[in-house]
Amino acid sequence: MNQYQEITENGLWKQNPGLVQLLGLCPTLAMTVSLVNGFSLGIMTALVMAASNASVSPIRRLVPTEIRIPVFILIVAALVTLIDLLMHAYFHALHAVLGIFIPLIVTNCIVLARVEAFAAKNPVIPSALDGFMMGFGLALVLAVLGGIREIIGKGTLFSGIDLVLGASSKAWVITVLPDYHGFLLAILPPGAFFGLAMLIAAKNWLESRKQATQPMTPNPVAVH
Amino acid sequence: MKFSPFFTTNTSVSIVMLKVLLALVPGIIAYVWAFGSGIVVSLILASATALLAEAAVLQLRNRPVMPFLLDGSALVTAWLLALALPPIAPWWLVVVGTLIAIVIAKHLYGGLGQNPFNPAMVAYAALLISFPVIMTQWPVPLELTTIKLSFIEQWQYIFNHVLPSGVGFDAMSSATPLDYLKTQLKMHHTMEDIHQAKFFGMFAGKGAEIVASMYLLGGLYLLHQRIISWHIPVAFLTTLAVISGVFHWVNPAHFSAPLFHLLGGATMLCAFFIATDPVSGATTPKGKLIFAAGIAVLTWLIRTYGGYPDGVAFAVLLMNILVPLIDANTQPRVFGHSK
Repeated sequence: MNQYQEITENGLWKQNPGLVQLLGLCPTLAMTVSLVNGFSLGIMTALVMAASNASVSPIRRLVPTEIRIPVFILIVAALVTLIDLLMHAYFHALHAVLGIFIPLIVTNCIVLARVEAFAAKNPVIPSALDGFMMGFGLALVLAVLGGIREIIGKGTLFSGIDLVLGASSKAWVITVLPDYHGFLLAILPPGAFFGLAMLIAAKNWLESRKQATQPMTPNPVAVH
Repeated sequence: MKFSPFFTTNTSVSIVMLKVLLALVPGIIAYVWAFGSGIVVSLILASATALLAEAAVLQLRNRPVMPFLLDGSALVTAWLLALALPPIAPWWLVVVGTLIAIVIAKHLYGGLGQNPFNPAMVAYAALLISFPVIMTQWPVPLELTTIKLSFIEQWQYIFNHVLPSGVGFDAMSSATPLDYLKTQLKMHHTMEDIHQAKFFGMFAGKGAEIVASMYLLGGLYLLHQRIISWHIPVAFLTTLAVISGVFHWVNPAHFSAPLFHLLGGATMLCAFFIATDPVSGATTPKGKLIFAAGIAVLTWLIRTYGGYPDGVAFAVLLMNILVPLIDANTQPRVFGHSK
């Protein structure tokens, strides 16, 4: 497996920020009331992470170790401001829905975690890929969690997609459960905790089943 | 002549649970008499769902199914939940609630003996938060209405949402006295005026106060059988009576009388059947007193100032969180050891 495949696999599955590292829980829990909301914020985070990893990597030898955290945070903050203003300009409705959570990407610990743990030690291309894949892995979790909460909570899927793709896409909203009363608990914060716990349990179950079905493969040398 | 040691046989969980169910029966009979047979439908639904869910989860967890199924704990949870829900609610409300109680609140936390929260109250709180409208529509006491649905008609309504012709839902549903009291007080009506509403009985809700008295009777039976100790019911009821009494004495136009609090809402059910749950409640004698008094204070606070009409479920859950702390700090002195 080459380096890029490994980075991709780590981001999407093995080291998934949402399910394994449990970093970036603030948007995971707060913004996943619908699939569109969750995935949009996830993609924003992925873009910020790719950009911040790519910008930190080239200057990694220039930044004195003692002040690296403030320097990194400033870079991340500048990039988030950029994304925030771009969204405000081009996806105004979605920007209004996601609101405070876009500027809050700065404080999302997964961004700084990848900058510190990966970009500060690796060349530009792998760093950018790592940032994007970690962010994309988070976005997928947010999308699945948002989808589950939306179906259980409101009985629909893809609601609010017109905020992203324009009014013409309003017809894409799927009513999964017609004539549904709505299970408010799934939309409220407890629903996020329950949903995330179920997803983590499902991932662990899949992993343990995989291990149980192929016990004969030799253990790879631990890299940690 | 008998000699020590005097071993007592351990009462099995099944016997305990059976006696708890038995103690609920007078309350259920009064309920049917006062509000019609809808509650029986709920009880059947909840029991069936609880047993099926319990069996399915035990199977999934590779636990022996029959012994745990026959211990009756799932049935007690189901009955308590059904008694806490409005009996004219649609069937799926009862089913969803029972599933939450058994699968999430009980088994995901480790099953009988492990759950930190009272399963029936977890389900009740989840339903109240999720379906606030359905959860606050209660049947009118039979005394006040000419509409008397037969058992079959109740069944039809709960399952198909079909009422006999000429009967509107509004004619058979109303707010509870606790709910009504809260909204009327907000409109600055005095307590005296509010109590003129026809669904107020002597002390609390018409019909409901009789059901509550029957719960009290069942609770006394449990005390007599030593299924529960006196600590929780006495501490709970006394604290609630004292707080509501003091405030009522200071300002009777704004605060309800103690008897209204004692016989209204879920007070009696909580005192003897819910707060006394041996798993999620405090276990030390002193701890039980603190635990129950805490529930009483919170119940009164939520009823008087909170957003929801009755506060028993939230009060119990909040105090459940404190149980480990309470128990750890109230360990009785072991005989022969200094503190």
